[in-house]
Amino acid sequence: MPTFWHIYIAAGTILTIVWCGWLIAWSAKQGPQNKGDDELVGHVWDGDLAEWNKPMPKWWLYLFFITIFWGVGYLIAFPGLGGYQGMLGWSSSGQYDEEIEAAAARYEPIYAEFAAMEWDDLVRHPEAQQLGASLYASYCTTCHGSDARGAKGFPNLTDDAWIWGDSEQQIVTSILNGRNAVMPVLTPALGGDEGVANMVTYVRSLSGLVEADAAATAMQPMFVALCSACHGVEGNGNPLLGSPSLTDGVWLYGSSIEDVTATIVNGRNGIMPAHGELLGENRTKILAAYVRSLSLDGGSAGGMQ
Amino acid sequence: MRHETIEKSVNLMMVLIVLAVSVGGLIEIVPLMVSPEVTEPAEGIEPYPPLRLAGRDIYVREGCYNCHSQMVRPFRSETERYGPYSIAGESVYDRPFQFGSKRTGPDLARVGGRYSDEWQYVHLMNPRDVVPESNMPAYPWLADRLVDPELITTKMRRLQMLGDPYTDEQIANAAAEVEGRTEMDALIAYLQELGTNPRVRR
Repeated sequence: MPTFWHIYIAAGTILTIVWCGWLIAWSAKQGPQNKGDDELVGHVWDGDLAEWNKPMPKWWLYLFFITIFWGVGYLIAFPGLGGYQGMLGWSSSGQYDEEIEAAAARYEPIYAEFAAMEWDDLVRHPEAQQLGASLYASYCTTCHGSDARGAKGFPNLTDDAWIWGDSEQQIVTSILNGRNAVMPVLTPALGGDEGVANMVTYVRSLSGLVEADAAATAMQPMFVALCSACHGVEGNGNPLLGSPSLTDGVWLYGSSIEDVTATIVNGRNGIMPAHGELLGENRTKILAAYVRSLSLDGGSAGGMQ
Repeated sequence: MRHETIEKSVNLMMVLIVLAVSVGGLIEIVPLMVSPEVTEPAEGIEPYPPLRLAGRDIYVREGCYNCHSQMVRPFRSETERYGPYSIAGESVYDRPFQFGSKRTGPDLARVGGRYSDEWQYVHLMNPRDVVPESNMPAYPWLADRLVDPELITTKMRRLQMLGDPYTDEQIANAAAEVEGRTEMDALIAYLQELGTNPRVRR
């Protein structure tokens, strides 16, 4: 801000305070000064109701002056007079930085201690689980649900299907850097509605949802040509590409004929946003271990409850 | 001048009241109007491109601000959840700004990129499909309605008159950029860029 405005603010503030002080002192001298000097202000209602003109109570008057002294003291200690920073050197961003530093000093050693633990121990450590559960509640529930069972298009974290892998490194990477899965549109390659319908039946037959009829079984070479690059020849998926297994009976986008058709006709684009910036590496590892524990026997399955 | 004189003259009292109440504004507000911290865009902040501008107006029209604020305050409890605190230079192209103070839902100042476009779509169509506990209303009509290209051109011209640095070329291309896009596309485009300005990310 240009210097002129600093002076403008400081001068305006000081003048206002001086003016208020003068106004109170001056108005206190008006009218009667002592309790005995009673006089009527002159209004009369209903023939006999009148109003005394009494001096202001002293305690009240002093409160005004105390307020002014408080204000002056405040402006000396804290920023307020233009560019003057105040004797205490307080600023809102400084206070924020202190708050962050204090929290880091208090919590980072705890995070670091957990993050240094062996993965298998961390996954079953009760206190780490509590910490992980609260991180989960803050950052993950919006998509994966407060019970961690996900929603259509947003993976269930309590089952054994791990689209991007269940190892420490894989889960940590999923959280830190996010994931981006691409299921391309396959209608043209399948030659229209009939091809799509047969492929849908074939894909649904892989997990035993339906019996593949002859027309669907005939899609097998087409499956190998179009789908196996990501989903594998057997349809078992590939965690390196985030392509789900088609044989495990877990259907991220639904298993109905309509849903599978929509997946093939429109493609899918599953995105896990990166959380590294918000969480940092230590907390990510604690959270990853919690997420891993959700599908283990005796783990925290059931999420926050 | 005696107190009585003021009290008995409505006009004089009116003038003095106006003088008294304007002091606060003159000292606290007027200097901000010329202060670069408040009037200059933060690094990387540009006027809204057409589709996002349309999305912003839908955000306002649907009253999103009634439940969502757009200002991360400088407290750890806020920055841990939402990301770095907001600074004034990020809001210079917001007319009106969407700071707000009512948070039935979460703050949205840094919601850009936090969820996928798919999530935003599903969530706006019916929030309970992804967040069963949610009490946010559904906005399915956004997916059926198209953005009006002519209206966007007019809006950008008016904003240019108000000083937003749109080039004439940007305004000329605006209609084509939003042609055929739904209000849902526009709102998601707006949300997905909120607070993603690189300089203010930590």
